Amino acid sequence: MTKEVPAKRIIPCLDVKDGRTVKGIRFEGLADVGDPVELGARYASDGADELVYLDISASKEDRSTFTGLVRRIAERINIPFTVGGGISSLDDAARLLDAGADKITVNSAAVANPDLISEIAVRYGRQFVVVAIDARQKDGLWRVTTHGGSRLTDLELFSWAKKVENLGAGEILFTSMDHDGTRNGYPCETFARLCPSLSIPVIASGGAGSVDDIVEVLKEGKADAALAASIFHYGEISIGDLKKVLLDRGLEVRL
Amino acid sequence: MIAVINYNMGNICSLGNALGRLGAEWVLTSDHEEIMKASHVILPGVGNAAEAMANLKKFGLPEVIWKLRRPVLGICVGMQVMCRHSEEGDAECMGIFDAKVRRFQEQPEVKVPHMGWSRLSNLESKLFKLEKNPYVYFVHSYYAPLCPDTIATARHPEMFSAALKYENFYGTQFHPEKSGEVGERILHNFLKL
Repeated sequence: MTKEVPAKRIIPCLDVKDGRTVKGIRFEGLADVGDPVELGARYASDGADELVYLDISASKEDRSTFTGLVRRIAERINIPFTVGGGISSLDDAARLLDAGADKITVNSAAVANPDLISEIAVRYGRQFVVVAIDARQKDGLWRVTTHGGSRLTDLELFSWAKKVENLGAGEILFTSMDHDGTRNGYPCETFARLCPSLSIPVIASGGAGSVDDIVEVLKEGKADAALAASIFHYGEISIGDLKKVLLDRGLEVRL
Repeated sequence: MIAVINYNMGNICSLGNALGRLGAEWVLTSDHEEIMKASHVILPGVGNAAEAMANLKKFGLPEVIWKLRRPVLGICVGMQVMCRHSEEGDAECMGIFDAKVRRFQEQPEVKVPHMGWSRLSNLESKLFKLEKNPYVYFVHSYYAPLCPDTIATARHPEMFSAALKYENFYGTQFHPEKSGEVGERILHNFLKL
């Protein structure tokens, strides 16, 4: 019998720009897919276990709009939610915590300044810090990238993941930039090696095109959670139906 | 009026929002009189049990809490400081629940902190009426073992107390304010006590 551990989590991801949920369409820019609060509330009532909101705005003014949005999300949503996008200081973390975020995700800023992870973890607890790692394969190695995959760093995925765990990360959100947006599935063998090497949960992101992809990364990949955007936004499958399939395939989920 | 005890232990934004969604009137306070006259008292808590206990003492709150005869709910670390002792910082706690709080042992496939949705079992008490082994949201590294005051259990992977009750005192290790509709019903049930 397997050990009883928390249920596998399904996490819709909402990209937010100028107060709206958007979805990138290849070669065509961004499509508006709805109000972030309403869409999040719908996902929550459909059975989402958590939500992730990423601020993809660029300017400082947009940042304060996003903080206001985080406050409205916190008032409405009754499940945990993570926010991210451009968080680079303890002040950014404090502002989002005060607005009601349960967790924040740091990415490029953690690569530039790894101590930021421990500063946030010591101040607000490790459950508050999700470190996002974007990596791609280069010459047989998984190399960590920053700035949405555009900059290759010298860091290697597995050792960087271990390091952020030791610095105080509460969870890791791993995206393969080779798979993100392809809808061809996740690199399951990489997840199967990464997840057991850590004592913190790993969220699989980037590449889900079908229910089978999600089953595979949770089962064979041993990921603790799966994050996806487009398959939910366009209503290809409801979260409730997805979870029923996961249950049928022997995974423990919250229904 | 519901009193949410303010003792500088973490952000109570989520709890306040959850009470707001239930239409409840609440006040964040460390004022002894305000706490004494509240219809319901909630002791939240995020962070370290030893620090939480030290802060409670600094505000003279354990003596006030002991005297309360109206429903009291401790959440997460708020529940842990209502136990006898916590391994976290070797803290002597308020001794309302007959349990000594311990740390989860790390082992293969078992992640610490215990974070995520786990299923409740062995439900007793009006707090859980109508619920049939629901999933609720946990974030914690320390836990209260099973004891005579246990009114709900969960596993990680060993069974521990997910909720405790002694007379008018209740405690949940999980976060009802983050546990979706089930959590809202549990908070609602508490406010109906």
